[in-house]
Amino acid sequence: MKVSVVVFPGTNCEIDTKYAYEKLNADVDLVFHKDEKLPQDTDIVVLPGGFSYGDYLRSAAIAKFSPIMKDVIKFANEGGKVLGICNGFQMLLEMGLLPGAMKRNANVHFISKYHNLRVVNNDNIFLQKLNVNDVVNIPIAHGEGNYFIDEQELQELYDNNQVLLKYTDENGIDKNPNGSVDSIACICNKNKNVFGLMPHPERAIESLLGSDDGVKMLEGLMEG
Amino acid sequence: MKVIVNIQLKEGVLDPQGKAVHHALGALKFNDVNDVRIGKQIILDVDGEDKEQIRTKVADMCEDLLANTVIENYEIEIA
Repeated sequence: MKVSVVVFPGTNCEIDTKYAYEKLNADVDLVFHKDEKLPQDTDIVVLPGGFSYGDYLRSAAIAKFSPIMKDVIKFANEGGKVLGICNGFQMLLEMGLLPGAMKRNANVHFISKYHNLRVVNNDNIFLQKLNVNDVVNIPIAHGEGNYFIDEQELQELYDNNQVLLKYTDENGIDKNPNGSVDSIACICNKNKNVFGLMPHPERAIESLLGSDDGVKMLEGLMEG
Repeated sequence: MKVIVNIQLKEGVLDPQGKAVHHALGALKFNDVNDVRIGKQIILDVDGEDKEQIRTKVADMCEDLLANTVIENYEIEIA
């Protein structure tokens, strides 16, 4: 199992992501954004968290033009599994691989803390190891995680079971930290091979350090 | 030629920054402000003389990079 983690100038979660997937016995390559081709035997591409290009202009606005991205888009369009975490989620939105856009958090603060999330749909590889209505505890750390999508596209997301996780309290009742439409924290594309979420599953892999709820998600992608 | 691009959140899209500034103005007793919207201005120096050609080219720049048209509108002013 080969996981390719793409590194941009300003990315800062690539080592955590590599560590997490290596712990799950995957073979992990860090791929530089100026490369034009993903490693040939890539099974999963991860666009990790951080502040690519210093978040200049808009979060992830410039990363989408990095040379590697053409191959990432091709990989996704051919059915390859792509996971965007935090800044990586913002990239998937900017590239149009996922619908919607990110705005500044409603309270205009950078939010960094553990947050509860409820599983809304699990008929996809990413959440296949969790049950609907399970509540998981995963760190969030973002200043622009206020997910926006218009009503028509939102309805399409629900109709196709593309809304995967919502921000909640410990009982699974919606609790919105950042102003996202319907408290949405994680979505996928129609074909269910491209996944984006603001929370950081790669930071929740050791119960000793607070939570290992991210393991089932990262594993799920490997078993799809 | 100098080109000014003004980028604003679309109407109906809540502006968290504008809201925070509006609140702060209220705290400073500037109570006669009804609403605050914050956008950004990008000033370009572009080669060429033909204003319509430049306008088309800058519109392409906005669509591709400068604005996120899911949530933002842009206006182009050519000086």
